[in-house]
Formats: sequence, C-alpha cells, structure tokens
Amino acid sequence: MARAAVLGRLTWRPAELVSVRAETSAARTLTFDVPDWPGHVAGQHVDVRLTAADGYTAQRSYSLASAAGGPVELTVQRVDGGEVSGYLVDEMAPGDRCEVRGPVGGYFTWDPEDPSPVLLVAGGSGLVPLMSMLRTRAEAGSRVPFRLIYSVRSPADALYTSELRRRAREDRGLDVEYAYTRVAPTGVRRPAGRIDAALLGAAGWPADFAPTCYVCGPTGFVESVADLLVGAGHAADRVRTERFG
Amino acid sequence: MDIISRGFRGRGSADPHLPPGQYLVHGDDFPVLSAGPTPRVDTATWQFTITTETGERHAWDWAQLQDLPSDNPRVDLHCVTKWSKLGTEWEGVSLDAFLENVETAADYALVHSYGGYTTNVPLEDLLDGQAWIAYGYDGEPLTPEHGGPARLLVPHLYLWKSAKWVRGITLLLEDEPGFWESVGYHNYGDPWREQRYWGD
Repeated sequence: MARAAVLGRLTWRPAELVSVRAETSAARTLTFDVPDWPGHVAGQHVDVRLTAADGYTAQRSYSLASAAGGPVELTVQRVDGGEVSGYLVDEMAPGDRCEVRGPVGGYFTWDPEDPSPVLLVAGGSGLVPLMSMLRTRAEAGSRVPFRLIYSVRSPADALYTSELRRRAREDRGLDVEYAYTRVAPTGVRRPAGRIDAALLGAAGWPADFAPTCYVCGPTGFVESVADLLVGAGHAADRVRTERFG
Repeated sequence: MDIISRGFRGRGSADPHLPPGQYLVHGDDFPVLSAGPTPRVDTATWQFTITTETGERHAWDWAQLQDLPSDNPRVDLHCVTKWSKLGTEWEGVSLDAFLENVETAADYALVHSYGGYTTNVPLEDLLDGQAWIAYGYDGEPLTPEHGGPARLLVPHLYLWKSAKWVRGITLLLEDEPGFWESVGYHNYGDPWREQRYWGD
C-alpha cells in the first residue's frame, strides 16, 4: 500500500478565523489564519480543539477543503447535537480563535504526479476532501481524467454547487454526476435514489482502466459503494475509503 | 496561555471515563474506520496463525477457534478519530490461550488481516487477559464491517490496533510499524496518554 506524507511532530497551533462562507443551510466554509502552517496534500484532515472559558475542551477532525498548499479551509456541516460542529457552523465569528493540528492522514490522499485516472464518489459532506483533490488538480494544471459522482439528498443540500458547475464546464477532463437520494431537481431524468451499479458503470470508469477510487461519506454509504466497486471488478487495493458517523 | 474560543461552552464537563480529547457515542452501533472495502471472509476457509521468529507456525481453523474456552469481556473502546464507547460486550478467545504453547523470545507482534491491513503491538500487550480474538459483539456474530468473522480486540490501545478480519500474528525480535503506524499514527497508541500521532 502507498506510503505518503512523512509527518513530523504535530503540535497544536493557534488559529484565527478570517472568513466564513455559507455553503448550505447546514454547512459553511471557515478559513483560518494559522501561523507557520506547514501545508497539506489533497485529502488530509486536521484536528480542531475548542476551549471554553472554564477550561472545558472538545476536539474533532475535519477534512481540509482547499487545494494542496492552500490555507486551512474547512467545510463543516452541522451534526445534530454536535458540540463542536454547532459552534463552528452557528457561533464562531471572524476574529475568534481555536487551535488546530495537522495535517493528518497519509493514505486517503491524491498526488498530482500520479497519472492514474481517478473516480471520486462522495456522500453528503464526504465531498469535502474530494473537493480538495479537484481543486488541487486544477491548480496543478493536471489533465489526469477525473470523474466525480456526488450523492446528496437534494439540490438544497449540495455543497459547492456553482463551483462544481463551473469546473465541469472549464476543467478539462473532469466529469461531474449527481445522484439525488431524496429529491431530484426538475429536468433531471434519473429518479431520486441511491448510487447503484448501473450509475457507477455509466458515470465511473471501467475496472480495466485501473482507476484510483476515493469513496468518502457516512459508513453505510461507503460500505455500499465500496462493495459495488469491488463487485464491478475494481481491485480492493485501488478503492480507498474514508468513513464518518 | 490557553486559547479560549469565545462563546464556546460545549457539554461543560469532562467525563472521567473518557481519555483526553475523546467524546462519547451512544446507541447500539459504533462508527467504522477502514482504509478500504470490507473483505468478505468465509469461516469455511478462515484460519488464524501465529508465526514465531524462528518460522514455527501454529494454526487454528474456525472449528478449533470455537473449541477454545471463550471469555465475555466488557470493555471501553477508544478510536483515534475521537469517539469512545463505554461498556461494550464481546465474545472471544484470550490471546493467552493461543500463546500458551508457543515458544518465543520475541518482544513484538505484527498483526495481519485479510485484505492486507497490518498493525504492530508489543507482545506483552497481548498477554495476561489484555487481548482477544473476538467473534461476537453484543450477543451476535461479529459483522463484516466491524471486522467479522473475527478481529483482534486489544481495548487498552486505540481501536486501530484491534485489527479487523484478523488472519495472523508474526512474532518479531525487532519492532516493525504497521499500516497506520507508517503514515503518521503513533507506534503504541495509548488513549490515556493521547498517543494519536507520531511524536505524541
């Protein structure tokens, strides 16, 4: 298996929120200024630590959304009862501070030097680390063939809608396909439903092309898609997964 | 000086059963961390082996595993991704039962899984009732996504050390990092010392 990103000691660094951007009613992107941030590669995450005035602390992991080498930019979706996501999505304001450490993760990563075609399959907010890969590809001027299949409940829940529309038009060699699980927009022929073998066959790559497949989303989603990919003949070691919840 | 996040209150108090930086998950199930697809392993061909530093090989098939005396450990789980689940109930065979007739001078173990995953654990952490080959969870057979038909359970370390789909252990005189340990995760992984990453 791949060995990537040699990491040194990961220390907690102070981070100041610089700007926020609403993505959906439940998610927003937060950009932090982190002095001496060492930089990241596409697909990595950071740990975020919040400290209350009484000393109580809580930490969680979040994927980096920005292109490799870019700022610490996290897209966070509110989780029901989530003490950290609730703060990051609803409360934190520019000028407020927290701590981050990272980048973390040397396996669920994409290297622009790798010429293999890439299939990205995202479920819900599992799009975030895959978006970092798309952005890294564009910034590197890469022409590596990329296909993204994005499973999301409804158009209103979809992240980065206008950017993905623009990239699908302008980033050469990138195809984007949506699979709406609850509500499909008018004009979309495919009825609402989960990703199935037919969709993976039509919008993904044949197993013969030996693409690297990145699958990120909730556990049930990742289990289902990874099984379908293996069932379609993709080698298990070409299917990299990241699961949450 | 602490960096205070203005307006953050959180749940307000730390649970003494939780190692630093962890939070509690509730419900019947618990999250899954895997780097790839879930292997489907047939118990008809399943085998668990222990190979010593001299190459001596000990093997057990599924029926032999079932014949070994089993325990029902009730343990707390701590995942490096920050969730913990307390009081989980397992069924499995203590590693002591496998190792009692194995002659070795090794100090280290490299655990191998169906699907290619590896993780390293000091041998002494697998002895004295600290580790099991587990095949039951919460009164049911262990499901594939949680490592079934059988996984290592070594609950005093972060859960990535409890290799899913376990197929064997190689005993070594020199330590050898496994999969996550080679890509930035801590070599030992004690949750109470918050040994998540290299250098922690």
